Amino acid sequence: MTQVAEPEAKRWVGGGILRKEDPELLTGQGRYVDDIALPGMLWLSFVRSPVAHATIANLDTAAAKELPGVLAVFTGQELAEEWAAAMPCAWPIGNRIMPEEPTSDARTPDHWPVAKDRVRFMGEIVAVVVADSREHAADAIEAVEVDYDELPVVTDMLDALEDGSQVIHDSLGSNEAYTWGMSNGDVDRVFAEAPVVVKARYYHPRLIPNAIEPRGVVVQPIPAQGEFTLWSATQIPHILKVLLALTLNINEAKIRVVAPDVGGGFGSKLNVYAEECIALALARRLGQPVKWTEERSEGYLATIHGRDVIQDMEVAATEEGKTLGFRVKLYADFGAYLQLVTPGIPILGAWLYHGVYQGQAYAFEATGVFTNKTPTDAYRGAGRPEATYAVERIMDALARRVGKDPAEVREMNFIPPFTEATEVLCGLSFDSGNYQATLDKAKRLAGYDDVRREQQANDGRRDGKLLGIGLSTYIEMCGLAPSQVLSALKYGAGGWEAATIRCHPTGKVTVITGTSPHGQGHVTTWAQITADALGVDPDDVDVLHGDTAVSALGMDSYGSRSASVGGEALVRAAEKIRAKVRTIAAHELEVAEEDLEWKDGKFQVRGAPDRAKTVPEVALTAWTAHALPAEVEPGLEATAVFDPPNFTFPSGAHICVVEVDPDTGSTRIDKYVAVDDCGTPINPMIIDGQVMGGVAQGIAEALYEEALYDENGTLLTGNMSTYRIPSAAELPGYVLDREVTPSTTNKLGVKGIGEAGTIASPPAVMNAVADALRFVGVDFIDKPASAEKVWRVVQEAKGQAPAERTPEGGGTGAASMTPEEEGGVA
Amino acid sequence: MRRIALTVNGVRREAEVEPRLLLVYFLRETLGLTGTNVGCDTSSCGACTVMMDGKSVKSCTVLAVQADGAEITTIEGLASDGQLHPLQESFRKNHGLQCGFCTPGMIMAGLGLIESGAGMEEEEVRLGLEGNLCRCTGYQNIVKAIQEAAGEMRQAAPAAAPQPAAVQGGSE
Repeated sequence: MTQVAEPEAKRWVGGGILRKEDPELLTGQGRYVDDIALPGMLWLSFVRSPVAHATIANLDTAAAKELPGVLAVFTGQELAEEWAAAMPCAWPIGNRIMPEEPTSDARTPDHWPVAKDRVRFMGEIVAVVVADSREHAADAIEAVEVDYDELPVVTDMLDALEDGSQVIHDSLGSNEAYTWGMSNGDVDRVFAEAPVVVKARYYHPRLIPNAIEPRGVVVQPIPAQGEFTLWSATQIPHILKVLLALTLNINEAKIRVVAPDVGGGFGSKLNVYAEECIALALARRLGQPVKWTEERSEGYLATIHGRDVIQDMEVAATEEGKTLGFRVKLYADFGAYLQLVTPGIPILGAWLYHGVYQGQAYAFEATGVFTNKTPTDAYRGAGRPEATYAVERIMDALARRVGKDPAEVREMNFIPPFTEATEVLCGLSFDSGNYQATLDKAKRLAGYDDVRREQQANDGRRDGKLLGIGLSTYIEMCGLAPSQVLSALKYGAGGWEAATIRCHPTGKVTVITGTSPHGQGHVTTWAQITADALGVDPDDVDVLHGDTAVSALGMDSYGSRSASVGGEALVRAAEKIRAKVRTIAAHELEVAEEDLEWKDGKFQVRGAPDRAKTVPEVALTAWTAHALPAEVEPGLEATAVFDPPNFTFPSGAHICVVEVDPDTGSTRIDKYVAVDDCGTPINPMIIDGQVMGGVAQGIAEALYEEALYDENGTLLTGNMSTYRIPSAAELPGYVLDREVTPSTTNKLGVKGIGEAGTIASPPAVMNAVADALRFVGVDFIDKPASAEKVWRVVQEAKGQAPAERTPEGGGTGAASMTPEEEGGVA
Repeated sequence: MRRIALTVNGVRREAEVEPRLLLVYFLRETLGLTGTNVGCDTSSCGACTVMMDGKSVKSCTVLAVQADGAEITTIEGLASDGQLHPLQESFRKNHGLQCGFCTPGMIMAGLGLIESGAGMEEEEVRLGLEGNLCRCTGYQNIVKAIQEAAGEMRQAAPAAAPQPAAVQGGSE
């Protein structure tokens, strides 16, 4: 169609219009799952294992069943017949040990919604209570008697790999889930011959996502029809529907999944959870509506955790600091079971361990490990924060090793600017990027050179504090994903996205998207895209999402995919609408289609702009169907499904300036600058919001958060008072700017921004803290740089006699070690 | 069961409640005012913040029976005559919300802060919001929204401006 190529004036895309979502959310009219109450609704509560590893010796529910309001109590054995299959892992990954070809099948242990005879992590469900109220359901948990025969507990992922370690899943014979590698170039030779090799072990702590809305599920059955409506606080209503149908052997067409307003996800609601399976099973079994709302402390055990990865990172370079090769071996703690995409998380970072830098050789290898802990899975960034942390920290270590400024070492290794897909060291093609431009901008905004000068002039001091400055010139891989690539990676679904546009005879427009926003503002953004594409006002565009009865096709929201895949699907649906509008308009105006041009939001006769038809006008014509051309169907509606040709690769430069108090160990962020390239912006206000929130989560990761277990597998940070989520009082303001290199994978030119902040910021902050601490002789510190840890490493450094200290190098003057064996798992 | 009578969003409500019933569940489940959310079980997140007799409280730490005789304002009671409250308007204008779940509590905490006469410098607002967690926004826009709304509200109703004795260093 010729009109596709015509330049379009962008009236709404690129403008920061206020969010259409907000009025209801600001007035208490938002509807989250816990707000749903149905007549006759029963409440579920779960008896969870208080121990990390045990066989269930005895389980007695008799006393609980006698309590007021309790209708039933079910054990794992009693519910066993409900499951047609174990809970799904959609991304099973087998061994691929380079240079061998992929050999074995994935090692996926059975994971039942309710444990049948053995528990493998604290919090695993062993029985389900059904009662007539929230309180009665909660009370009855205490009355269920369970005797556990405890087994040895494995909490350390490296110990878990040792011969003789307690095996968590007997059927697998060991605790190794897989070892998967890939490489490019002559890695061994490059590393053997390189004049400089810097290596370090970085640990990415286990994190608890903490969407402020806890999870919850409500199921309404219609027993006579075998139909179910399931409301869940989920990011993935469409995927959930398919997998629930398979797990419970229910006709998929009889299940409707609704994700109503969802209060944040960050990956933690990108899953198929035991509680969802159980609620559906019990609604089927009992023929009554059921409801469960997660308590926060319960969620700390039962909702997936993130990260928990040990990374042995190496960079090979010349004496000048020119990078020659990158190599990483990582160990990922998967916890006790494989949740929906657990095995795939390290693989999402597999191509990113050379960051935005050049080289000749690249190798990645990951080993996934089972331990007696809550399963890990996608948490904002998922695999890419880990990669970015390792790369960006090792670049600082390399800078110290070769005696250069960290900015200079980055600049001399950047992939040069490019606007078309370009193959990079790992073998993938990045879509577009200008890494130097983002860093230049960030340095200017941060006053980088001034801070460096101040640091050097004052021996790293500012008002008694230690001054540090840290960089992160990150890259991420978003826009999940080309379906064929996913197939090659053994992912169990496609990566396309769908959109439908329905033009009503009154001129109003309904957009139905397969994405499932939970704070990202798709309703607004999609309205902007539609408004420009169809020449209507965003106020006249309603965007529907998150209900499988409304949007039949969808792959939901995660991995910063919604705009680049779902937005592009919308653009293509609009093109179909415009093609039909053009045909009808030409007929009405009695001109050839070629004589019409799309201009100012309508089709005009070339040279006679007063002869024109708008989309709303044609929508009415199409509805009345009084004067349609032959072969043209009444109505104006179109659906498009887009399968992206490639991932997108957002990038950027973040700079963090910190002041560390050597006496208390506390870190104050003096300045945080983020310059991001997420491609062509659609709504700058929403983009900035995503960056700020993401950076905040990354700062939290760098300075505050860490899920800790004791040797018995007990979660020590089991609620919001022991796991430290920073408030406004701890976090800084942010200085934001953008660089735009349009993506080449979609017509909008967008790349994605949902995860960027969380990916970029941890190394920026940690490099800054490490930069500050070198002035008191601290060689290494890993996340989180809590006040206690900083104080401890400062004390340790003080305790060493100056003569024993590693000699300081030139330039930015940090420890010079070859290879730099920076620390261990703290 | 205990009988309580209180005023919620200007309407007098009476009910028989269990002594252990928390105010937040009284509001949500007895009165159906689901705008006030529950985000944790340790009084950490502040999502359930409401105004009680002119002060912001976490309604998960107040028993319904303790609210007997009290005047409660929830997020549903802020807008009037179809007009958003200046705080609601300011949150919208400044993109102070994303998923919206912490928002009712944030707005009520902001209202409590403004009505307490606290200083409205950035650091003061940040400290004043210490009891409310947001996982989406990174707080910057929330802080800005409260500062802007405070300016507008205090201009409109000077009585709510800080009392001279309460003025903290550096405040307006």
